[in-house]
Amino acid sequence: MAEIEKDAVSGRETTGHEWDGIKELNTPLPRWWLYTFYVCILWSVGYWIVYPAWPTLSGYTKGVIGYSSRGELRKELAARDKSRTVWTDRFSALSVGGIAKDSELLNYAMAGGRVIFAENCAPCHGASGSGNASYPVLADDDWLWGGTVGDIYTTINYGIRSTHDDTRLGEMPNFGDEDMLAKAQISDVTEYVLSLSGNSSDRDAAMRGTEIFAEECSSCHGESAEGVQDMGAPRLSDGIWLYGNSKEKIMSQISTPKHGSMPAWNGRLDDISIKQVSIYVHSLGGGQQ
Amino acid sequence: MNQAIAMPTYDDEVVKKFVIAASFWGIVGFLVGITIAFQLAYPILNLDLEWTSFGRLRPVHTSAVIFAFGGNILIGSSLYIVQRTCRVPLFGGPKLANMVFWGYQIFIVLAASGYVLGVTQSKEYAEPEWYTDIWLTVIWVMYLVVFAGTLIKRKESHIYVANWFFLAFIITVALLHIGNNVALPVSWFGAKSYIAWAGVRDAMTQWWYGHNAVGFFLTAGFLGMMYYFIPKQAQRPVYSYRLSVIHFWAITFLYIWAGPHHLHYTALPDWAQTLGMTFSIMLWMPSWGGMINGIMTLSGAWDKLRTDPVLRFLVTSVGFYGMSTFEGPLMAIKVVNSLSHYTDWTIGHVHSGALGWNALVSFGALYYLVPKLWNRERLYSLRLVNLHFWFATMGIVLYITAMWISGIMQGLMWRTYDSLGFLQYSFIESVEAMHPYYVIRAVGGVLFLVGAIIMVYNLWMTAKGRTRDEAPIALAPSASSAGN
Repeated sequence: MAEIEKDAVSGRETTGHEWDGIKELNTPLPRWWLYTFYVCILWSVGYWIVYPAWPTLSGYTKGVIGYSSRGELRKELAARDKSRTVWTDRFSALSVGGIAKDSELLNYAMAGGRVIFAENCAPCHGASGSGNASYPVLADDDWLWGGTVGDIYTTINYGIRSTHDDTRLGEMPNFGDEDMLAKAQISDVTEYVLSLSGNSSDRDAAMRGTEIFAEECSSCHGESAEGVQDMGAPRLSDGIWLYGNSKEKIMSQISTPKHGSMPAWNGRLDDISIKQVSIYVHSLGGGQQ
Repeated sequence: MNQAIAMPTYDDEVVKKFVIAASFWGIVGFLVGITIAFQLAYPILNLDLEWTSFGRLRPVHTSAVIFAFGGNILIGSSLYIVQRTCRVPLFGGPKLANMVFWGYQIFIVLAASGYVLGVTQSKEYAEPEWYTDIWLTVIWVMYLVVFAGTLIKRKESHIYVANWFFLAFIITVALLHIGNNVALPVSWFGAKSYIAWAGVRDAMTQWWYGHNAVGFFLTAGFLGMMYYFIPKQAQRPVYSYRLSVIHFWAITFLYIWAGPHHLHYTALPDWAQTLGMTFSIMLWMPSWGGMINGIMTLSGAWDKLRTDPVLRFLVTSVGFYGMSTFEGPLMAIKVVNSLSHYTDWTIGHVHSGALGWNALVSFGALYYLVPKLWNRERLYSLRLVNLHFWFATMGIVLYITAMWISGIMQGLMWRTYDSLGFLQYSFIESVEAMHPYYVIRAVGGVLFLVGAIIMVYNLWMTAKGRTRDEAPIALAPSASSAGN
């Protein structure tokens, strides 16, 4: 047990204890520290009076200004909705095509649609609709299900092969199945399809494929492979390929086709937002009248 | 002074093991941290494998640095300190303490292997499933028995302040661990379990745990280390006994209420958010009490900072402690939190505390302990300690400034509207904007790891009994000439 002694440097007394050579000075609490501590406590007590704070047996102390975070949120949302009525009312009343014709409303559609697209569509379709492997480019004029703003609005609302009752629906058969086409026939028709965009390397095979195409493919893809948008059957003559442009990939797509799907946004986004994003997609580069 | 009383033989072999384990897990934890930092900057580094994905490696990093590195240095130094400040060897002898050591290492391996395999209860800092939780509970009670038993049989009339903090740490962590892990396993032999409380009650329990893991593991426990190593290394008395009493009880009482500030603007009732915020503000000065006591203990020994890089580690750690315990209450204020929450600012805040405070004070403790434990006159090289100090400090500065900028930018981007009232930025645009800061952060982490590797080398050579032939760290010319 050490004695109480005076520290030579600070002039303070020690407490008289010592542990493993460590002593303690009996310095009083620093004033600034103590008063700042008091101020923090006082401020907190004040805050408890003003805001909801302490639980009680039957609820909690409500605070004198009647604050609630849900109430604040309701107020902010109401204020936002009110400020938007200048355009939202007209968005509700007009068709998506009508909105696109009004230059003032078009501004609102583009500004809102851009962010809606970036948050919801870009993960698959790429920033600004630049597309990804197996997800169509939206910035060109090659449209599977139609490129008017009304078509786009329908596609976004109900989706493609989605779970919605009104979904866009269309599937290509598995031509590789036993009773469909032989492998050689698939190879020939692939050469024909490649030749439509000038990419065939086997003239004879392409010639043989002409007949197969007319019998098996033209009913959906059209006589000259121009595509039929009602069925989502793509144009095959433009050199744009969703699932790859190699002969092997195209043969695979004929034998056992992949079918992508897009969710229905009806119910996920409100109608005004779907109208905005439809107009935005329409504007990306390939929108049709 | 009764120095004539024979010094008892202390149980130091087990402390050596904790020191080695802390050094090992420290390197592992920093390395995994750098890995996931680079994954955030370059997602291809997830390797497209479930075991190496960010989601699974992140808890490996947090648990490795907090519980494996931090836990080992905390338990090890507490066992070193309690013997010397009570002047008795450990209660239960080396056997019980060794069981705590090996049991704790098994806990670490059980937890980490679970994370990589996808076994998690998805509660931050409490990810291990029920079987690991039960194991840790047993080990932790054994640790409490060793520590409290040693206190009870002490030969000093008073209990030293470091031991108050260690005891608060051990008891509160036990309560938190049990309270937050009340879970029912789905089957006898399956890893999966479900927590007893649902919804916002579970969230509140989780952040009561999460915040007080910071409060009692990373604050109280490490303050216990600070209260021993700073006065020892500076060879000065503790600045204020009275301050230590007041700030100890204020921290203990106030910290436990502050958890709700992690759940501002959520389904948590407003009254609970208010209490979380106000108690965080009231906690500011009690936290700073530790900083004042740490820094002011150097009164009359400031010149030692020039020549003693170990002391520099310890004192700088207290500086970072003060900075992050100011930033914490600031971020707990609802209006600030509405900007900072869910952004990198939180990550920066955590790391200014974890790297600046916890790791630096741990490095200081390791540099203090190794020569003593291995009975060496001095460290292998003070110049390497100095080099480590600068690597670590530069790493921390890069890390936290990058995260401040990216966090505040993120928060602002999420709330910016254009002139027509639409959001200006999408989430993905804010992610893109983070990229350069993620690279800077990862580089900061690399510097920090390089420093730690220098330390491990230095400690290894010290334990081997080598001393590096080097010029002493020079006194400033005026000081050395005027002093003599």
